Amino acid sequence: MTGRSELDRFLRTDPRDVGCAQAMEMLHIYAELAAAGAPVAERYPGIAAHLRACGPCGEDFEGLLTALRDEAT
Amino acid sequence: MVMVPGDSGVEQTPVAAAGLDADSAEWLRVLAGTGPPREAALARLHEMLLRIARGEARRRGPRLRLTGPELDDLAYQAAADALLAITGKLGQFRGESRFTTWAYKFVMFEVSAKIGRHFWRHPSVPFDAEDWDRLPGSFGFDPAQEAEWRDLLAALRRAVDEELTARQRRVFVALVLNGVPLDTLVIEMASNRNAIYKMMFDARRKLRAALVANGYLPDDPLRRS
Repeated sequence: MTGRSELDRFLRTDPRDVGCAQAMEMLHIYAELAAAGAPVAERYPGIAAHLRACGPCGEDFEGLLTALRDEAT
Repeated sequence: MVMVPGDSGVEQTPVAAAGLDADSAEWLRVLAGTGPPREAALARLHEMLLRIARGEARRRGPRLRLTGPELDDLAYQAAADALLAITGKLGQFRGESRFTTWAYKFVMFEVSAKIGRHFWRHPSVPFDAEDWDRLPGSFGFDPAQEAEWRDLLAALRRAVDEELTARQRRVFVALVLNGVPLDTLVIEMASNRNAIYKMMFDARRKLRAALVANGYLPDDPLRRS
């Protein structure tokens, strides 16, 4: 059932999740490494877990990554 | 929320022992100076921030149903406030990325904050509304199969009423039932993103535990959450 699995996915929490404060503090480093193709999710699993779960921080990351990639082209 | 530095990997942050790249060093030098060179650097930086803010506003605009002058105004405000943040925090730049990457980060934060403020001024639903009928649609439950999920959602509502604190319940209702953007709720509750996220994180954990305990969701022994 799609709804059940979607609800389950939403309610699951990752104990590695660092929260918004640390993710925002590190966002420029994480995004620059990601733009360079580095395995950032392996290097910073707590930030990766947070960016997957937090809509606003994930959006900020996508925006910064897009800006860096646009600049590189 | 568990915030263990060893788990997060944050402690592995490389310190800029090798020094800044040339461009970043030049930005720092002129911005820390005075007179016309600093003014010229500020003007150039603002121009760059505005370009990034406009791009980001355009990227997010369609999903937010913001267009035209409203979106451009938002970009201008975000760029101006990002410039203020950057000049105020110049001493905090540690050279762990290029200076411009660090600077662009503040544009993203300001665009998010401006969007949050926009929806705080123009809420689509009252903050204290509590429409549980929206919940099935939010998670993609098929109305034709209501018999299969009615009990699950009734159990979720009981858990919201019985397991959450008053503030956790308020955050759950605003974010999940009413679809209020988190950055808007930050303004409404005079809080910050981290605190609201943590309240929701703890609420999610409690709700899932209650649903698992009552057999509505599967336990996952490999990934306790």
